[in-house]
Amino acid sequence: MLTSRSFVKKTRKGGVMKVVREHYLRDDIWCGSAACTKCPIDKPVLEKEPVPEVENTLCSYPHYLLLDTNVVLHQVDILEDKAIKNVILLQTVQKEVKHRSLPSYKRIRDLIANETKRFYVFTNEHHRDTYIEIEPKESPNDFNDRAIRKSLAWYDEHFKDTPIKIVLLTNDIDNREKARNEGRVAYTVNEYVKAMEGRPELMDRLAQIETKERERKANDSDITAPGGRNVLYPEHLSSYEINAGIKQGRYKKGTFKASRENFREGYVSVQGMEKMVFIKGLANQNRAVQGDIVAVEMFAESQWTAPSTVIAEDKGSKEDVLDEDTDNSHIGPKKGAVPTCRIVGIIQRNWRPFCGVIMPAAVKGGTKHLFMAAERLIPKIRIETQQYETLAGNRIIVSIDSWPRDSRYPLGHFVRNLGAIGDKDTENEVLLLEHDVPHLPFSEAVLSFLPKLPWTITKEDETVREDLRHVDICSVDPPGCTDIDDALHYKPLENGNAEVGVHIADVSHFIKPGNALDTEACSRGTTVYLVDRRIDMVPDLLSSNLCSLRGGVERFAFSTLWEMTPEAEIVNVRFTKSIIKSRAAYTYEQAQNKIDDKSQNDALAIGLRGLLKMAKILKQKRTDNGALTLASSEIRFSMDSETHDPIEVERKVMRETNSMVEEFMLLANVSVAQRIRQEFPQSACLRRHPVPPLSNFEPIIKVALTRGFELQVDSGKALADSLDKANIPSIPFFNQLLRMMTTRCMTQALYFSSGMLPEDEYLHFGLASPIYTHFTSPIRRYSDVIVHRMLAVAISADACFPELLDKAKIQEICDNLNYRHRMAQYAGRASVDLHTQVGMYSSLPV
Amino acid sequence: MAGLELLSDEGFRLDGRRPSELRKIRLRLGVFDQADGSAYIEQGNTKALATVYGPHEVLGGKGKPLHDKVIINCQYSMATFSTNERKNRPQGDRKSTEMSLHLQRTFEATIQTHLYPRSQIDIFVQILQADGGNYCACVNAATLAIINAGIPMKDYVCACSSGYVNNTPLTDVSYLEESQGGPVVTVAMLPKSEQIALFKMDNRLHVDHLEQVLEVASKGCKDMYAVMNAAVKEHVSRMAKSMECS
Repeated sequence: MLTSRSFVKKTRKGGVMKVVREHYLRDDIWCGSAACTKCPIDKPVLEKEPVPEVENTLCSYPHYLLLDTNVVLHQVDILEDKAIKNVILLQTVQKEVKHRSLPSYKRIRDLIANETKRFYVFTNEHHRDTYIEIEPKESPNDFNDRAIRKSLAWYDEHFKDTPIKIVLLTNDIDNREKARNEGRVAYTVNEYVKAMEGRPELMDRLAQIETKERERKANDSDITAPGGRNVLYPEHLSSYEINAGIKQGRYKKGTFKASRENFREGYVSVQGMEKMVFIKGLANQNRAVQGDIVAVEMFAESQWTAPSTVIAEDKGSKEDVLDEDTDNSHIGPKKGAVPTCRIVGIIQRNWRPFCGVIMPAAVKGGTKHLFMAAERLIPKIRIETQQYETLAGNRIIVSIDSWPRDSRYPLGHFVRNLGAIGDKDTENEVLLLEHDVPHLPFSEAVLSFLPKLPWTITKEDETVREDLRHVDICSVDPPGCTDIDDALHYKPLENGNAEVGVHIADVSHFIKPGNALDTEACSRGTTVYLVDRRIDMVPDLLSSNLCSLRGGVERFAFSTLWEMTPEAEIVNVRFTKSIIKSRAAYTYEQAQNKIDDKSQNDALAIGLRGLLKMAKILKQKRTDNGALTLASSEIRFSMDSETHDPIEVERKVMRETNSMVEEFMLLANVSVAQRIRQEFPQSACLRRHPVPPLSNFEPIIKVALTRGFELQVDSGKALADSLDKANIPSIPFFNQLLRMMTTRCMTQALYFSSGMLPEDEYLHFGLASPIYTHFTSPIRRYSDVIVHRMLAVAISADACFPELLDKAKIQEICDNLNYRHRMAQYAGRASVDLHTQVGMYSSLPV
Repeated sequence: MAGLELLSDEGFRLDGRRPSELRKIRLRLGVFDQADGSAYIEQGNTKALATVYGPHEVLGGKGKPLHDKVIINCQYSMATFSTNERKNRPQGDRKSTEMSLHLQRTFEATIQTHLYPRSQIDIFVQILQADGGNYCACVNAATLAIINAGIPMKDYVCACSSGYVNNTPLTDVSYLEESQGGPVVTVAMLPKSEQIALFKMDNRLHVDHLEQVLEVASKGCKDMYAVMNAAVKEHVSRMAKSMECS
């Protein structure tokens, strides 16, 4: 079964080394087709009678498609359409795609995993008959093409007794011709898609690669193309030149950020430099798009310029002129000049599908249109479409394919139509897509792991859990909250101390590690709150029912119980899995009223008053330690209960009870963080808030100075104190405004795995706590689920499993959570903005 | 794990093997005439040579003869040309000393030591080319050499390593797979009784996975045994034939 062949390879590792590796060539790799009688396959992927969904005039016979690398790289949008089925994907192709573009690779992996698409991966490099060796002086590209043709020949031979034919799809004319000369069937994607009956709109989704490729090649070789069109942008350096330049210090690596004020300007945040480097002019930006990782060359100080004071929007009036006044040649530095640079090459593109709107063509009835992305920082994109009439006035998605030197704008292609502009569902969809929020309904596989209803507490549960049903517990939440994940209680003890309990919904009881439900929750990371919609992290059954600690029902909880002195000193802390029965689910307002109403003296009222007293002491202690009180402009909408349209906008009112609940959640989080850190020194999932660099505070110090206040920013405590002092009695909003601005100066808080950082970096700056984690909202945050699992192991309530101990794995999860968390925040804010605008628009007098 | 994808989604390893497949084995018994027993084994690109002397009287001042059993003296070395970069010392470094000790332990547990009191058996193993699983190749070669020398053992000792990648155990890991930093479990086993003579683990592996990995390693040992046993039988029958002829 095995044939062994060794090959020799040279690698560069300090010097040249000879590496010998074995390579086993196999004869047991099957073709993967149900129509094949030669291969003993259990589960064929390719259909026996591959009748295409859409009639194709070029290939009207049954056929399988075999893809070339460039097709997979650039035309995934087409491949994702349901018209393309029964595809053979070679290992060689997959490898090259992975090497060249990870996003494309991920999408193609999703296609392979999707059974209805019938994508089969043929491991050609391990197959005895399709393995080829690289020939002397053959380029890797030619080698791959040859490998693809070799497999094509094998498949052709393999199916020669059946009516099925193999069709090679390629974007490379050379490869197509070579394949045809060998007697195979080969088409370019353009030809193939054009021949699809009744799907002309698919043409729009073709990437603009093929037609432009040769033109561009010609252009790159010369400054003016033979056709006479001007080359607008300087050439990009090759990755080899960039790497060499970075090593020598000639170039620097950084992330490009377009300016919000002026489309001709941008900044690059260079690694190791505190300030962003300025770029002026489109030619100097050299086709960089927001978020690209680029290589820049710094200008000498004499060539530095100052950011312009003019706000400029790209009107796109002159197509073939870039910068009207791009004279970088003026002598001597300007006033207010900042370090300036130009981009010499792109290291990694940050291109993704963009949402936006299509603009009318310059010539009426033309097919070339400009597309304007919803994200202002993205340049306009040139697309070609036959269906302007249907797309106009709609939100659409467009991908960038390339940005040749002779084109003012990047070239892209149409991907998907979302719906009419202004339609609420469409706009929400845009919002979610732009922020990469997974918002599809939960799959069958995920739902299958939900507990079966009716759900009851069994005897077994009662034996392993502490029964706290007799305790007077209640929850305090915002009005209309259905996913209640925390509840509290307070009980005076005989020795003068008090027992305080925080009870958190025991989500980890329902989500077992590793199953589909868990994986889905992990990838979603957090529940996203939009103004009129909530995108749940876990299915509704858990989030609003079984896990939600609603009043009057018995629920599982993970409880933290402290014994505290009247001075709010912790005597001891205990964690336990429990069964609780919340007496009531209050809103902040109801709780506040209950506390204030002196006539009420039941157990809950006494408990709430006790909690409030404790919370005030705790808060004082925290503030003394240097915790910051920051403000943000949080607003709420009153919604029309039927149409879900916002009626009124109001600012959130902070009541004492808000901060009471918050205070105990903080306390629980800190206690839990200490405990899991003890138990998992290497892999505890914690949350840190790095100390912001001093330069972050510069703008706010300036602002405060204009009013005669001096802000101290060298420590959290100093900052908090000086913020307290900065008060103008006549303008009560001033202090809050300062605090809002301070929030902007802060760095982001991050999840991390404890083994990845030294202990003194665990610090949570904003809360002035040396260690912190998230434990109290497992229904809406995945980090809390992990922390619950860790704590359960720590108190021996649950078995440990390998992933919990793997610090790299935990860090990987944390990175995803950080990303999702940030995106969820942005999405939430964008949604508030959207609704504010909609609200204002509709309240305009007509 | 950074860099290489050791196991593709289609279930192939970098060298084209499936997770449960051994590398190609080639072996020969009785390669040298002057030693009492000798054997040569290739497991993929790992090549090992073993020679056995004895049992003979205890020589030199090194060890005192034991009154109830035989002294087993093992020496492991690596040829200077066995690795990518030329080695300076074939033996005596810490790694070789450790390996010698491991081998000694393994064979003390399997040779019928009580049969030869007050004597000594020398086992010399040399790695000619190293490509992962050196210990395994040494044990397998030494076992064959001992059989070739006619020294009675309780059973064959077969060794096999296994790793753990993407929740799948891999048998007989190559150097490339070893060097990625994942866990590697090495097992030397008496295949008939399934007793373990030596068990070694590099890097961390969660205890939940251990059973699975061990299972695969012992399956590898048994496969190894089948190959070795066939070779021994063939060797013996050839010997018998040549004796008949003479």
